[in-house]
Amino acid sequence: MTQPLNYLKETASQTAGPYVHIGLIPAMAGFDIFEKNFSNVLVTPNTEGERITLEGKVLDGTGTPLRDVLLEIWQANASGRYNHPADRSAGALSEEFRGWGRAGSNFESGLVTFETIKPGAITDRAGRTCAPHVNVWIVARGINIGLNTRLYFSDEEAANAADPVLNLIEQPSRRSTLIAKRTERAGKVVYSFTINLQGPEETVFFDV
Amino acid sequence: MNAQAPASRDPRLNRPEPLTPPLGDGGFFQRDRSIHPPAHAPGYKSSVLRSPRLALLSLEGSISEITGPVFGHNDLGPLDNDLIRNYAKDGDPIGERIVVHGRVVDETGRGVPNTLVEFWQANAGGRYRHKKDTYLAPIDPNFGGCGRALTDDTGYYYFRTVKPGPYPWRNYVNSWRPAHIHFSVFGSGFAQRLITQMYFEGDPLIPICPILTTIPDKDALDRLVAPLDLNASTPFDSLAYRFDIVLRGQRSTYFENRTAGN
Ligand SMILES: [Fe+2]
Repeated sequence: MTQPLNYLKETASQTAGPYVHIGLIPAMAGFDIFEKNFSNVLVTPNTEGERITLEGKVLDGTGTPLRDVLLEIWQANASGRYNHPADRSAGALSEEFRGWGRAGSNFESGLVTFETIKPGAITDRAGRTCAPHVNVWIVARGINIGLNTRLYFSDEEAANAADPVLNLIEQPSRRSTLIAKRTERAGKVVYSFTINLQGPEETVFFDV
Repeated sequence: MNAQAPASRDPRLNRPEPLTPPLGDGGFFQRDRSIHPPAHAPGYKSSVLRSPRLALLSLEGSISEITGPVFGHNDLGPLDNDLIRNYAKDGDPIGERIVVHGRVVDETGRGVPNTLVEFWQANAGGRYRHKKDTYLAPIDPNFGGCGRALTDDTGYYYFRTVKPGPYPWRNYVNSWRPAHIHFSVFGSGFAQRLITQMYFEGDPLIPICPILTTIPDKDALDRLVAPLDLNASTPFDSLAYRFDIVLRGQRSTYFENRTAGN
């Protein structure tokens, strides 16, 4: 016998279900209840950084867009700093940017959009430079435990090539599943992404 | 309502000293996936086409996941944790009045303070206020079905609501969900993000629910079932159920390590 090691066990995950909007985005469920609501707009007029739209879909194993999916994103600011006390890197913090947002997919098209800024490159705790990226968390009916992935930016080729996380992906072809493509539309910068839950193009998901 | 955290039913949750030094911000403990439902759980049919089939890529906790959004009381309104009042139009909602309360702690037993807890549920008849819910049970004009709370310094939260009803859903031809409340919890880092569901002690639908039984571990399943907490009930007003939530623990960095090559 030994002394007992009294760690608790994490609470088990359960699917967010088809009606996740009620709790997290009630306006999408069809009603108005809270004074203050969370949204897919991460910026205020005073947020520093290049304004971008992130736009994409999550596809099931048949290639059909999920129309009841909810995404959250978490990202650093334009200086590469997360608005959190554990990030003690040198970049400037901004009161005007929490760095987090959530969005439900359109009930018809499955399209998910965020209005945010492009994050700066990040210095990790080992002092390595990480390419600019946005952390993504995905929940929906049929997803039993939230899925973690990332979005990198197509115009950051050199930074992406040196990124320590992208380089952990054994097959170079799979790295491209995490790259959002930059386009311009009516003078606005749009990065497009597709998240494939299954199939030959299955997105890289992380156990973080 | 008493805002003091009462003693937990689990004595380990009352341990005064955390296992690890309080300022540790190393990575999170490796997630024990054996207590979570697998992504592909064929008894829950919706999971079949929505489950990744390739192995997850393990990331040693990076700054991107150790950090996460910070919320404060400014994000909430005064009625957000009172589902009996926060959508009432001309009276109280129909149903059994209950208080749900508990602590959000991590795997070391340390309370998770100031963290956002969100919850949503069907009304007493099992109907959701959602434009996509077409179940024949009626909408309750005085019940929205959602709320949120910020945990206090000890990780304690509470809210008031009516007990949700079971409802049918399309899985097998006669599948019914046990009464449940959906929970969304943040923690301090994005790697702790969790969505789960709370069930009620004694519900005969629990052992036959295709969603609940995706959980392969009997003890993990039991930990989603909230016991009646008569001591926390308010006589002649409402019963109480206790639901503690455990998020992943965080490693401490006891010694500074030199980076490789130095
Ligand atoms: Fe539900």
